[in-house]
Amino acid sequence: MRIALFVTCLTDTLYPEAGKSVVRVLDRLGHQVVFPMEQTCCGQLHFNTGYRAQSLPLVRGFAEAFGGFDAIVTPSASCAAMVREYHPQLAEESGDRGLARAVAEITPRVHELSMLLTDVLGVTDVGASFPHRVTYHPSCHSLRMLRIGDAPLRLLRSVRGLDLSELPAADVCCGFGGTFSVKNPGVSAAMCADKCAAVLSTGADVLCAADSSCLMHIGGALARQRAGVTTMHLAEILASTR
Amino acid sequence: MSMPTYLGMPAFPEAAAEALANPQLRRNLAHATGTIRTKRAAAVAELTDWDELRAAAKAIKDHTLANLDHYLLQLEEKVTAAGGQVHWADGAAEANAIVASLTRAAGTDTVVKVKSMATQETGLNEALAAEGITAIETDLAELIVQLGRDRPSHILVPAIHRNRAEIREIFRREMPDAPAGLTDDPAELAAAARSHLRRAFLSATVGVSGANFAIAETGSLVVLESEGNGRMCLTLPETLISVVGIEKLLPSWRDLEVFLALLPRSSTAERMNPYISTWTGVRPGDGPRAFHLVLLDNGRTTALADKIGRQALRCIKCSACLNVCPVYERVGGHAYGSPYPGPIGAILTPQLRGMSSAADQALPYASTLCGACYDVCPVAINIPEALVHLRSLAVDSRRHARFQTDFPAERLALGAVAWTLRGRRRLAFAQRAASASRKLFGASGSAAWTRRLPLLGGWTRTRNLPVPPPESFRAWWARTRQDDASPDSPPEIAPGLPSPGTAPRQTGSGTADE
Amino acid sequence: MSDWARPGSPGAAVSRERVLGRVRAAIGRAQGAERDVAAEYAALPRGYLRAHHDPAEHDIVALFAERAADYRAVVESVTTAALPAAIARVIADRARAGGTGAWFAVPAGLPPGWLSRVADGTPGVRLAGDDPPLSALELDSCAGVVTGCALAIAETGTIVLDHGPGQGRRALTLVPDFHLVVVRHDQVAADLPDALAGLDPALPQTLISGPSATSDIELVRVEGVHGPRTLHVLIATADCQG
Repeated sequence: MRIALFVTCLTDTLYPEAGKSVVRVLDRLGHQVVFPMEQTCCGQLHFNTGYRAQSLPLVRGFAEAFGGFDAIVTPSASCAAMVREYHPQLAEESGDRGLARAVAEITPRVHELSMLLTDVLGVTDVGASFPHRVTYHPSCHSLRMLRIGDAPLRLLRSVRGLDLSELPAADVCCGFGGTFSVKNPGVSAAMCADKCAAVLSTGADVLCAADSSCLMHIGGALARQRAGVTTMHLAEILASTR
Repeated sequence: MSMPTYLGMPAFPEAAAEALANPQLRRNLAHATGTIRTKRAAAVAELTDWDELRAAAKAIKDHTLANLDHYLLQLEEKVTAAGGQVHWADGAAEANAIVASLTRAAGTDTVVKVKSMATQETGLNEALAAEGITAIETDLAELIVQLGRDRPSHILVPAIHRNRAEIREIFRREMPDAPAGLTDDPAELAAAARSHLRRAFLSATVGVSGANFAIAETGSLVVLESEGNGRMCLTLPETLISVVGIEKLLPSWRDLEVFLALLPRSSTAERMNPYISTWTGVRPGDGPRAFHLVLLDNGRTTALADKIGRQALRCIKCSACLNVCPVYERVGGHAYGSPYPGPIGAILTPQLRGMSSAADQALPYASTLCGACYDVCPVAINIPEALVHLRSLAVDSRRHARFQTDFPAERLALGAVAWTLRGRRRLAFAQRAASASRKLFGASGSAAWTRRLPLLGGWTRTRNLPVPPPESFRAWWARTRQDDASPDSPPEIAPGLPSPGTAPRQTGSGTADE
Repeated sequence: MSDWARPGSPGAAVSRERVLGRVRAAIGRAQGAERDVAAEYAALPRGYLRAHHDPAEHDIVALFAERAADYRAVVESVTTAALPAAIARVIADRARAGGTGAWFAVPAGLPPGWLSRVADGTPGVRLAGDDPPLSALELDSCAGVVTGCALAIAETGTIVLDHGPGQGRRALTLVPDFHLVVVRHDQVAADLPDALAGLDPALPQTLISGPSATSDIELVRVEGVHGPRTLHVLIATADCQG
C-alpha cells in the first residue's frame, strides 16, 4: 500500500527518530511510504489554546498536502484526533465548501500508527526485537478520543524479547495538555510527578507512548530527576531489530 | 449573572498554586476522589445498558432545552393548578429578594435549607443575612462548611476538602451542643449533627430548597438526598420555597426512569440514594401549606444561546466529572472560584458569569483536555469540546481587554509559531536554526538559562527542555529519500543545511542523555 | 411583600416575559411558532432496558430483599399469615430497647389484623393514631412508626410511599427514629420504569432506599442521620410458599 506519512511538527522538529522509525516499520512490511513535503502542522496547538482563526490556515495546508492518498499515517494519537475530530468542524465553520469537501474526504483516511498497523493492515507482529523492560503510557487522546484501545499493547506484546510491565493508573493524564503545562505549570508538574512515580514503580528501563508530546513532558521530568528511564516512541520500539 | 460571594477571588492559576502547597488538602482529595471513583465504576458497570441510558438522557435534555419556553409554561401552569405559586427571577438579586420577602411574609427570621446549588450560586445566605434572616444549612457537609466559615469545594460533598479530624475540630469549636468527648468517627460526627439540627427542623416555619428535576407534564418537583434533612425541609415547614434553575426541567414523569438510574450511580455510586422526595403543589394535611417555585435564569439563557456551550445545561450536578478530574484532584474546588468547580464548573461558570474578568477567562484553561470527564458524564456533555470553544471566546474577548496579563506575550508567541507553520520553508528554516543551537541546551536540555525563559519558566522548573536533533525529519527525508517525495511536492531547497554526518540513532528521545 | 414576589404584579410580569423572551431568542423560536413538541418527544431514543432483571427469569422479591439489605435495612420475609406475629415481635423488641412508656405511631388505613398481636408481644405498649395529627415534637418522642407502602423496586432495593392509606402523611415516617414497613410480595416491581408507571405524580412520593445515610465525611457512607436510623422491612410472602 502507498501510505502518506504525516509526521507532525513536533516529531519533525524535535523527535525525527520516531518519524524515521515509522518509515522503517512500514518499509519492512513492504509498503511504500511517501512524505508530502508541503505538510507542517495539524493546528492543534492553536486550536486547543483558543486561537481558532490561526488554526484554519493549517487545516487548509493539511488538506492541500494530503489530498489524494488512500491512507495517511501519523505517529501521534493526539494529532490524529485533532484531524479526525476537529478539522471537519473548522472547515465547515470557514464557509469554504471546497475545503469542507476536501477535509471530509481526507479525515477518515488518517490513522494513528498502531491503528493503521492493527486495524487497516491487520498486523500485530511487525518483526521487531527489543530485549528490554518496557512500560506503556496510553495518552489521553489515544484512549478517549481515538479509542485505540489496546492496539499499542498488542503490538508491544508481539515484540521479541520485550518485557512489558503494566503502568499503575495508566489512564490518568500525565499533565501535559499542550499550553496547560505552561499556563498551569504547578498543577501540570504535580500530575507529572505522580506519573513519573508510577513509571519508576514498574522498574522499566523504557517508557513508551504513541505520542511524542507526552513523552516530551514525562521524559523532561525523568531526565531532570536523572531517573535512568529512557523514553521511546512506540514506532522506535517497533522499528528495532536484532 | 452574578455570584456575589466569589467576587475578587484570584484566577485559577494563582489559586491552584496556593492549593497545591497544602499537602493535607491534596491527601484529603486524593483519598476521597479515589474512593468514589472505584465505587462509581462498579455501580455503573452493573447496568449493561448504561450507554443507552446515557443517550436517552442526552436526547431528553436536548429536546427539553430546544423547547424550553414550551415546557416552562407547562410547568408554570401545572404548579399553579396544584396550588403552588410560580415566580420568575432574572438574576441572583431578584431571586434572593423573592425568597427574603416570602420569608418575611411568613412571619419568621429563620429558614432551614436543604443543599441547593442554585442558592449557592445566587449567594442567598449572605443576601438573607443582610435582611436579618438566618439561613441554617442542614446538609452535613454544608453545615461543616457553614460552621467552619468556609466555602464549598465540591458539588455533591461540599466539605470534601476536610478530613474527619478537621471536622471534629470544627464541631468542637463551633457547635455549642456538641457532645463532650466527640471523636472523629464519622458515625459520631453524623450523630452530633443530628441532635444539633433536631430542634431547628421541628420548629421551622420556612424551608428553602432547590430541585434536581422539575417535571413539566405534572408540575412535580424532585429532590434526591441521603440524610433526611431534605425531607425535613420539604415536609415540616408551613412554607416551602424552591429555587430552581430553568435548565432543571424534564418533560414527563416517565423521564425519571432514565435520570434516577443515572444520577445516584454517577454521584454517590449507589443504586439509589436513600431518599427521593417528589411533590406537586401543596397537599392538604400533608406537608407545607404554601409552596413557591422560583424559576431562575441568572445567565442560563446566555449559555442556551451558544450552540456548543449550551450542552453544559444538560448537567444534572452529579459530580462524576470532578471525581475523575486529575486537575480537580490536585487543587480542589476552591481554586475554581465558583460554586461549580471542576470540569463542569470550568465550562458552566464562564458561561453563566460571562467572560469579562481574568478569572472567568482563565477557567476554560484549567484542564489538560484529557477527556476523563466526558467519559463519565451521564448526560454526555463533551466537556473538552466546550472548553476549547470557550477558550476561543476567551481569546476573542481578550483582544479587547484592558487588564494586564501574560496574554500579549502568549499571543505573540503563538502568532510567531502560526506564521512559521504556515509554510514548509519557514518551518524548515526554523528547524535548522533550532538544530544549530542544540549545543546551547546543555546535557539533556537542562541548561540553566532555560529556567529563566519567558512563558516557559513553569515548565523548566521541574522538566528539561527537549534538545533539538542534529537534523529534522524532513531534512533527513530530503537527504536520503527525496525520490519518494509525493510527486506534487517540489523538492525541499535547503541551503546551509547543517552537515548531518551522524547516523540515525535507535533511541531518539531528545531528552535522553547524549 | 416586594413587588417581585407577588405573582401577577407588574414587576413579576416583567421578569417572566424577560426570561421567556430570552429563552425564545436563545433557541431561535418565535412565540407561538408551529412545532410539534409532542411528536418530537415521542421520537426520542429509548434503547435502554425496561428491567435489568427480567421478572420471568429472576425471583424479583428475593432480589428486592437482597438489595434493600445491601443498604443496611433490616429485611425479613414472613408469610402473610405470620405477619401479625412478626410485627408484634419487631415492635416488642423495639419497645424494650426504648424503655418504659414506648409508643408507636400508626397511620389510618393499615390493613385490619396487622396490629392484632401487638398487645400479646408487649403488654402495655401503646399505639397512637394520627388523628388529630401528632405534632412534630410528639413524633420525635415516639419509639417508631409502622406502615405499609405503595410499592417497592427490586433493582434498587427501594420502598415507595405515596402517603395514601396505611402509610400516613410524610412527617409520620420521617421524624420517628424507627420505621417498620411491610411490603407485600405483589407490590414489588422489577425496576424503575414499572414502578414509576404505577405511581400517581399528583401525590407526594417518597422513595426510601435503606435508612438515612451520609457520605459527606471523606465519601465514606455512614448510616443514620436525620431520617429514621433504623429501617425494618417485613416482606409478606404468599402463604402457599409456606
